[in-house]
Amino acid sequence: MPVLWIVLIILLLALVGFFVGRSSAIRSSNGDVRALHSLPSYHGFNVLIFTAVPALLVLMVWLLVQPIVIQQSVSGTIPDSAIPANSSRGLVMSDVRRLAGAINTAVDQGQLNPTIIDRRDIPAEDLRTALTDAGVAAGGTASPEVLATAQQYRAIAATGNMMMAAVTLGLAALGFGWSLRRTTVNFRARNVVERAVMAILILASTIAILTTAGIVMSLLFETMRFFGQYTWHDFLFGVTWSPAFRGNSQLGMLPLLWGTLYVSFIALLVAVPIGLFAAIYMAEYAGRRFRAVAKPLIEILAGIPTIVYGLFALITVGPLLRDVFARPLGLGESSSSVMTAGIVMGIMLIPFVSSLSDDIINAVPQSLRDGSLGLGATKSETIRQVIIPAALPGIAGAVLLAASRAIGETMIVVLGAGAAAKLDLNPFEAMTTITVKIVGQLTGDTDFASPETRVAFALGLTLFVITLVLNILALYIVRKYREQYE
Amino acid sequence: MTDETAGRVPRSDNAMAMDARVRRRRAAESRFRAYGLIACLIGVAALVTLLATVLTNGIGAYRQAFVTLEVALPADRLDPDGTGTRESMQKVSTFGYGPLIAEAVERTLADRGVVIEGATPEDAAGLISREAPAQLRNYVLNNPEVLDQTVEFNFLAGGRIDGYLKGRVTMESAQRDSNVTPEQLQIADVLQEEGILSLRFNPGFITQPDASDQRPEAAGLGVAILGSLYMMLIVLVLALPIGVAASIYLEEFAPRSRWTDIIEVNISNLAAVPSIVFGILGLAIFINFAGLPQSAPIVGGLVLTLMTLPTIIIATRASLRAVPPSIRDAALGVGASRMQAVFHHVLPLAAPGILTGTIIGIAQALGETAPLLLIGMVAFVRGYPSAPPGGLFDPASALPVQVYNWTQRSDPAFVERASGAIIALLVVLITLNALAVILRRRFERRW
Repeated sequence: MPVLWIVLIILLLALVGFFVGRSSAIRSSNGDVRALHSLPSYHGFNVLIFTAVPALLVLMVWLLVQPIVIQQSVSGTIPDSAIPANSSRGLVMSDVRRLAGAINTAVDQGQLNPTIIDRRDIPAEDLRTALTDAGVAAGGTASPEVLATAQQYRAIAATGNMMMAAVTLGLAALGFGWSLRRTTVNFRARNVVERAVMAILILASTIAILTTAGIVMSLLFETMRFFGQYTWHDFLFGVTWSPAFRGNSQLGMLPLLWGTLYVSFIALLVAVPIGLFAAIYMAEYAGRRFRAVAKPLIEILAGIPTIVYGLFALITVGPLLRDVFARPLGLGESSSSVMTAGIVMGIMLIPFVSSLSDDIINAVPQSLRDGSLGLGATKSETIRQVIIPAALPGIAGAVLLAASRAIGETMIVVLGAGAAAKLDLNPFEAMTTITVKIVGQLTGDTDFASPETRVAFALGLTLFVITLVLNILALYIVRKYREQYE
Repeated sequence: MTDETAGRVPRSDNAMAMDARVRRRRAAESRFRAYGLIACLIGVAALVTLLATVLTNGIGAYRQAFVTLEVALPADRLDPDGTGTRESMQKVSTFGYGPLIAEAVERTLADRGVVIEGATPEDAAGLISREAPAQLRNYVLNNPEVLDQTVEFNFLAGGRIDGYLKGRVTMESAQRDSNVTPEQLQIADVLQEEGILSLRFNPGFITQPDASDQRPEAAGLGVAILGSLYMMLIVLVLALPIGVAASIYLEEFAPRSRWTDIIEVNISNLAAVPSIVFGILGLAIFINFAGLPQSAPIVGGLVLTLMTLPTIIIATRASLRAVPPSIRDAALGVGASRMQAVFHHVLPLAAPGILTGTIIGIAQALGETAPLLLIGMVAFVRGYPSAPPGGLFDPASALPVQVYNWTQRSDPAFVERASGAIIALLVVLITLNALAVILRRRFERRW
């Protein structure tokens, strides 16, 4: 039975449970609803929750665990002789899984007769012809062992699915009956329902923790394996990045880190002065009407997807910089360069700096301004010598947040910065960043066991740690600053 | 400034006349003010330039060169069994249709007496897109009654011819180009004068699937739009309830403990984790560990859900906090439980803010590219995913990834298409954000 049907049946049963539970509660009060401890609908929800939640939870766990269990039990039965020399057990297993899936699809579409194909003792040759006739291309080329394992895989999976359907539906029915039996006049349905809802709320709030844990685990796990294949010292301090898919790669991170920092530096060089001056103007000089127009316009820049900036870098800014600066100055021939990516990223970061700084400048108490102006300072003198120093920690926090954005930004550098890993000072030269290489190493056909792929996880971990430190630092500075005035 | 001004500079006798120092300070003041204004203007100018380049580059993708031809559809060549059934006609592949189109081009040219020196019949047939036979075949298969008739059909012109009409390809570039000859461009000139070849609105750009490197003219956004739509559905269905539930707990019920502190710090950090790290998470957990298929909207949707959750939680908590405590107190005072006070009174009042936050979160997720690259959504997908829920596991593309994909192709015609795709993306984003602004204006309540 497909999972979707199980879910639908459970949900339907739960819905029925709601109405049955409600009317049963009304009946148990002999028509006087005021006699009930809880409102009738709470009795309904009680039945609904006990029908649906345990069954769906078990279903979810089952769906996660079943493939792993089957994998374990089936992969052991593949004889070593069936594994080709240039392959591994895992690869053969994925063949088995694919073949089993293909046979199932063919059966579902009616191209294969299930009574024939599901016979245990069917000879491999007959099975093969049946598969080829049914248009299952993988069946024709698979070895007899793989075919047999695929059949076994299907058999276990089918039994597993049957059991899953039986267990979950049984559990739903059990919950239905049990909770309905508890529905009496004095049953505290509301307390039960509210406790269940509370459990759901708490569960939802732990998703954030689970996500972080998932990120850290997946990064750490693969990074450890990577360091099993490649020394951490060479990764962290190596100055050459030249992955070769035949092995013997040099996977030094420093050129990538340099590219990342260089691009981010240029981006901040663009974004910080512009963003800061824009924020000052908006907060201190601009009239209400100018502010009402310009502030949202600049903030639109933050809402534009980065791929748009990437394309802008690729087709407009890159060629422009090359033709106007790089070529005439003899600095390079490449349209993708650190400068291109940096300038475009700077544009993207302007609203980050400006709106955060704007808030911070507005939070500086008016009395400081009044005091300074009252002593005869001009507005700009007040800003430079009173407001900015007072807002400095907050502005520093904003800049750090922008820096963290810049370091983690991907699409602009993928399209604007180039792919050549080098340690160079010329900003019109194409260079590459950590994020570009993560994309490069993990897209396309990759073998997940090779160090050339796993290095992406180590790069990801580096990126995660750098941005995390910057963020925590920024939050710390901002919080500390806030405490001064509030 | 005070210690500098004390005493050193002599005061002028006349209070009304400006001395040098005052003039300098005034100048500094107006300079400073000008810097601020310039910074604002640079920001706005950057926005305008960005949008203008995308618009000018991409608007062409919505208009495409079409050639209108009378094409004969002889039954004996298209229906080998003579039965007129779909099975019989399906036996004729697109190779059977190619010559029909070539003949149609030749006849049209001959009818109009067009003779271009040095142009071969292959040149003439080469004006038509290589996608055209498949177009014609689908049309015939769906309308078997047109067999043995001559029908007027709008064929896509080849990418270079399209580029010529839009000014991207010139006679000079054609001489260096192996995909087009100057003769073909001369034929195109004549056909355009005759009104057979013209630029027209191209609905296929929105509805058709992607096309291979050789056929930029046929590439469309159909699969990408469906894929993005599926992912946004998943994000909406998962992120909104989970986000709201988490925020209600943290804002209304959570005791101030170390555990809630950890959750809060976590959420604010997750909001700032680079998006590509979420892609790594999706690859490691959803694909390698849980065994979900690559390129599938379900994986993209799950990854984007995790990315959107912090945004939704932060917005929801802000709008829950904005509901004054008096509402809760009043509900509790008349005997509601805490849960009832929250779900019956606070949550409905916070709903507009939650909705606005959700829309903004979805808009962000829609434009996200980097994590989708890692979970295999860059794959070349020709087939539309089927209807949900099964279709959530089919391979699909996504709008921003399609843009990236097209920037990686060698043919310059794809640059136009990438910009065109961005226009589609921006139109959706602007609609979503406008919706959020309208909702906020309409329902926002100040307490």
